[in-house]
Amino acid sequence: MKKDILLLKGNEAIAEAAIRAGADAYFGYPITPQSEVLEYLMLEKPEERTGMVVLQAESELAAINMVFGAASAGRKVITSSSSPGVSLYQEGISYIAGAELPCVIVNIVRGGPGLGTIQPSQADYFQSTKGGGHGDYHLLVLAPASVQEMADFVKLGFELAFKYRNPVMILSDGLIGQIMEKVELFEQVDRATEFDQSWVTTGKTPDRERNIITSLNLQSVMQEKHNFKLQAKYKKMQSEVRFEEIECEDAEYLMVAYGSSARVCQKTVQLARDKGIKAGLLRPITLYPYPSGKLNEMADRVKGMLSVEMSAGQMVEDVRLAVNGKIPVEHYGRFGGMVHSPREVLEALEEKIVKK
Amino acid sequence: MAKQRGAIVVDIERCKGCELCIEACPTSVIRMERKVNGKSYHFAYMENPAECTGCNNCAIVCPDGVISVYRMKVEV
Amino acid sequence: MKMEVQDISKQIIDPKNLVYDRSPLMTDNVLTYCPGCGHGVVHHLMAEVIDEMGIQSETIGVAPVGCSVLAYEFLDVDWLQAPHGRAPAVATGLKRIMPEKYIFTYQGDGDLAAIGTGETIHACNRGEHITIIFINNGIYGMTGGQMAPTTLPGMATSTSPYGRDVSTMGYPIKMTELVAQLPGTYYVTRQAVHKPGNVRKTKKAIQKAFENQKLKKGVSLVEVVSNCNNGWKMTPVKSNTWMEENMFPYYPLGDIKVDGELVK
Repeated sequence: MKKDILLLKGNEAIAEAAIRAGADAYFGYPITPQSEVLEYLMLEKPEERTGMVVLQAESELAAINMVFGAASAGRKVITSSSSPGVSLYQEGISYIAGAELPCVIVNIVRGGPGLGTIQPSQADYFQSTKGGGHGDYHLLVLAPASVQEMADFVKLGFELAFKYRNPVMILSDGLIGQIMEKVELFEQVDRATEFDQSWVTTGKTPDRERNIITSLNLQSVMQEKHNFKLQAKYKKMQSEVRFEEIECEDAEYLMVAYGSSARVCQKTVQLARDKGIKAGLLRPITLYPYPSGKLNEMADRVKGMLSVEMSAGQMVEDVRLAVNGKIPVEHYGRFGGMVHSPREVLEALEEKIVKK
Repeated sequence: MAKQRGAIVVDIERCKGCELCIEACPTSVIRMERKVNGKSYHFAYMENPAECTGCNNCAIVCPDGVISVYRMKVEV
Repeated sequence: MKMEVQDISKQIIDPKNLVYDRSPLMTDNVLTYCPGCGHGVVHHLMAEVIDEMGIQSETIGVAPVGCSVLAYEFLDVDWLQAPHGRAPAVATGLKRIMPEKYIFTYQGDGDLAAIGTGETIHACNRGEHITIIFINNGIYGMTGGQMAPTTLPGMATSTSPYGRDVSTMGYPIKMTELVAQLPGTYYVTRQAVHKPGNVRKTKKAIQKAFENQKLKKGVSLVEVVSNCNNGWKMTPVKSNTWMEENMFPYYPLGDIKVDGELVK
């Protein structure tokens, strides 16, 4: 059965894309609003389709450590969860980042803190882009704004994860996880990767030294050296920055928004322009690396920026850092599971930026 | 008459002087040297080599694997 | 007379008469354990078993957090170092993706029976075809002798300085008996390595636990009741006597489950 164009929920697109991207394994634990990922995979029997392993773990702690184990074999491993579950992932993610293993982690964010709500939110931005767990590390963070991108970024995520031997996070939310859209699916990708496999723990053969996957260095001199290596890698990762410009060319006022918020802001751009306000939207697609250079350049052309996020104001800090005081930068957004409407955003743009 | 005779060789610098080999030896062959090694541990040696049967007991209880055991039949 | 004995010894010490030497699967690194610690003995046994079975190229170890966190320095196989307590989950990931390989975890009592209780029980309950080597010395050695889940009632540690009061600190947990009840375990045994006879039995147990992976019938778990002379504040020899007198009555040695059947 050829299923190149499908109507899928964002979560289902993640699952289908995982199979098609040649993932070797998925480990996860049910949590709303992303349970469809595991459900879809179980229904699809990927073990028969591609040989992919799917396992429901007893907890998020176990799930992320199963990812750790399987990733150490140099295989494509993916997991998904939602905010409280991703908090539990953090220990494992820190180890995975420290040990430099590739994997894809999907966070379908819900409102917090604590158990919060099951409605969409973007309040895990800090956790995702600044490290999340303990120690100096970064994930490469992709922020899809459509079901199509949910699917595409799984494939892209594996490529980037192996290219940098670094965990990649797909940071989405309950809105894109749950909506249904048409998706054009990519062709089945081979499970084998072309990337360097000299480091994998698959059993020491006579032709090589034993491989050790660890994040431990009892000598601080060595740990510092390892950290320098990680930092150099993160610097290299800056070249992966991706963003989308919407009506930016002649914009006087710029909204900065990613994921679901960007979809809302796209409508706000229209509403603003209908009123004669020259608004534009810059949508960061990678949240780490962040399109700081682009924003700094835009700051020379626009009068003010509004960071629109479903949070109390997290990404706005990165926008301000990028703009470095050149122009006013404000934040607007509903949060705790609430989604702002295009009109609310327009009002905020007028109040906070245009009239100032 | 042939008799099983043994001997041990101790990797002196790896020995930590825990004395578990002394306990394990059924013929009281081993003692701790009064001198110490580079890590300041007393180390095992054969005080009564004539009694060693090469039974391996000392070697297999040694946590640091410092004892090699040799055995041969000797005419007496 | 003395000269004569020395001459005979010299004659005996000849490569052709070598009957025991450190396993070639042990690296040259000096073990970081305290003098007289049982960890070293178990390391050598695992190395011997893996070497004798000829499975070095198919074996991957998962090291825990604790004294044996550096286990990967000592056995010449591929290793991962897992977060504290998570070794059975890490091993699950490895085994599921490489079902034909030999996957083992090496864990202490804090790792396996406290912080990793969930991972241990569920890996056992899923019947993962892995080997778990569990070193139980009733104390947290690495962090300086704190109370462990397996610390005996009344036993003094740095966090139970007046002795473990079970009314407030709970009881020592018998994880081995506990997981033996689960249908996912195939071989569960408790051994020791303080005496030559015990060492030989433990080696057989470890070998069986590795061989069982071929059968794909679930978890094989070997608990080794061991000493922590530093944590217990005794000489190595005395700690072994103390272990026999105090640990063995609470943690009796012997097979608990063999070939999927509970013993007795």
